[in-house]
Amino acid sequence: MKPVYVWEFPVRLTHWLGVLSIVILSVTGFYIGSPFMHATDAESLITAHMRFIHFTAAYVFTVSLILRMYWWFAGNRYARLSQFIPTTAERLRNIRKTAKFYAFCQGNLPYTPGHTGLAGLTYTFLFLLYLIEITTGFAMLSVAHGGGAVWTLFGGWSLSLMSVANLRLMHHLIMWVIWVIVIIHVYTGWENDIVERNGLISSIFSGYKSLDE
Amino acid sequence: MDRESIYSHLTRKGVSRRDFLKFCAGAAATLGICSSSVPRIAEALEKAQRPSVVWLHFSECTGDSESVLRATKPTLSQLILDIISLDYHETIMAPSGFAAEKSLQDIIRNKKGKYIAVYEGAVPIKDGGVYCCVAGRSAEQIVKEVSAGAAVNIAVGNCACFGGVAAASPNPTGAAGIKDVIGGRVVNIAGCPMNSENFTATIVHYLTFGTLPDLDGNGRPRFAFGKLIHNNCERRAHFDAGQFVRKWGDEGARQGWCLYEMGCKGPMAYQNCPTIKWNGGTSWPVQAGHPCIACAAPSNWDTAYPFYQRLPEVPGAGLTATADKIGLGVAAAAAAGVAAHAAIRYVNKKKCNPEKGEDKDNG
Repeated sequence: MKPVYVWEFPVRLTHWLGVLSIVILSVTGFYIGSPFMHATDAESLITAHMRFIHFTAAYVFTVSLILRMYWWFAGNRYARLSQFIPTTAERLRNIRKTAKFYAFCQGNLPYTPGHTGLAGLTYTFLFLLYLIEITTGFAMLSVAHGGGAVWTLFGGWSLSLMSVANLRLMHHLIMWVIWVIVIIHVYTGWENDIVERNGLISSIFSGYKSLDE
Repeated sequence: MDRESIYSHLTRKGVSRRDFLKFCAGAAATLGICSSSVPRIAEALEKAQRPSVVWLHFSECTGDSESVLRATKPTLSQLILDIISLDYHETIMAPSGFAAEKSLQDIIRNKKGKYIAVYEGAVPIKDGGVYCCVAGRSAEQIVKEVSAGAAVNIAVGNCACFGGVAAASPNPTGAAGIKDVIGGRVVNIAGCPMNSENFTATIVHYLTFGTLPDLDGNGRPRFAFGKLIHNNCERRAHFDAGQFVRKWGDEGARQGWCLYEMGCKGPMAYQNCPTIKWNGGTSWPVQAGHPCIACAAPSNWDTAYPFYQRLPEVPGAGLTATADKIGLGVAAAAAAGVAAHAAIRYVNKKKCNPEKGEDKDNG
């Protein structure tokens, strides 16, 4: 067993920015969808603050995602795009083996220093959901402004595809799908850590996994 | 009589110079143009002859005509009928039967390229247009004939603009808006009904500048449909504060708080209701305590529905399922699945892992 530097700083940074902003976006977004707090006096600014925090967190989330996508091309071999979209027979085999392990069909997880094939594929799907959340979110924001760059990038074309109400519904439902993935992600991380004893959980803080190489 | 200018017509009807100028200023304000253009509007209306208007009815409730006719105070709305020469309007004209048909044909023939065509109501085009016929002809045939010779085509109300309630899903009659039937340029004075102030202002713009006002992507004049209702709403401060009506007749409703939780569509609807208001500036839906239903948005019966909920129903999930119930259910299922997985793993490990565990420790 020796420590291997797997997760570089930008990977860890964007991971935790993602965690933070998803929690903040979910709580404030939930309020925006159905206000769970009510002001007792007219001086408070609950909705205004919730919206401000939501929009600020949305920008942080978007920038963090862009940085992470840049790291697909600039990062080490565990951060690359090839870890997400399987293009080699080896990665495809890895997906099959990982799936078998989770389905109790096979005893061992295939040796993978970075993301397992199945994890990479799941994150590709997750990134797609992020892109939809960002697009629908900014499209709804652009409705309030009715023009400008946000409208051109996100609003105009997506509103020609569906109504604001359906954008809102999609934005809301995908939040739940993301939480489903979060639950599974945290569980499998914890399980791998125990079964493989590779220090997976601590690796997302330190960057190092202990691997027998 | 036909050659009489708008101004002399108004003075003959007993409108003072002062009221005339007030009307011009009101039109400029509605159009959102500089007050220095008021003399230009006045000058144009002094010279302009009253344009001949043909007003046609199709699949609709005559609500837009009501909107125009109901005005009782000396405002813009009351003067509409004086700045235009309403030569054909099925609801309020004197002739009927063949005489009515003749007056329509006379206008089409004698004022070709000069008259303003106003359409109220959707055009059902399914099954050869049998669902709306006037004088033995389908609405589609009439629209095509009248629009071909019109100087300007104006659709009033959401039915004429986008099909409205007649075109709501499943749209059994194939109802369509005027623009979908004739193509080309149509001014959509949207709303259910349209606000007559916006109609008058459009006519005044045309008479003064010789052009139609700037239109948005849905063919609606930007002066009237350029701003979000939510951004100009008088209850907006309560939205920002977090004070919402939660039930009809609760304390918030009595206090005039924000109708967001009651499904108000102000945050997605564009119209000048909060500033122009209705019935001569008396009130408008949100002021009266009812959420906006986005009545000027294309197919609002489908896209803004349900009117009293924030989120639409999830398609295919039954009538009472909300997005949050489904979302919470799926998340709970994921958590349960994860717990079951962990339990199975634990049992399996206990059952068959003694040697394996040793292997690991040794390695």
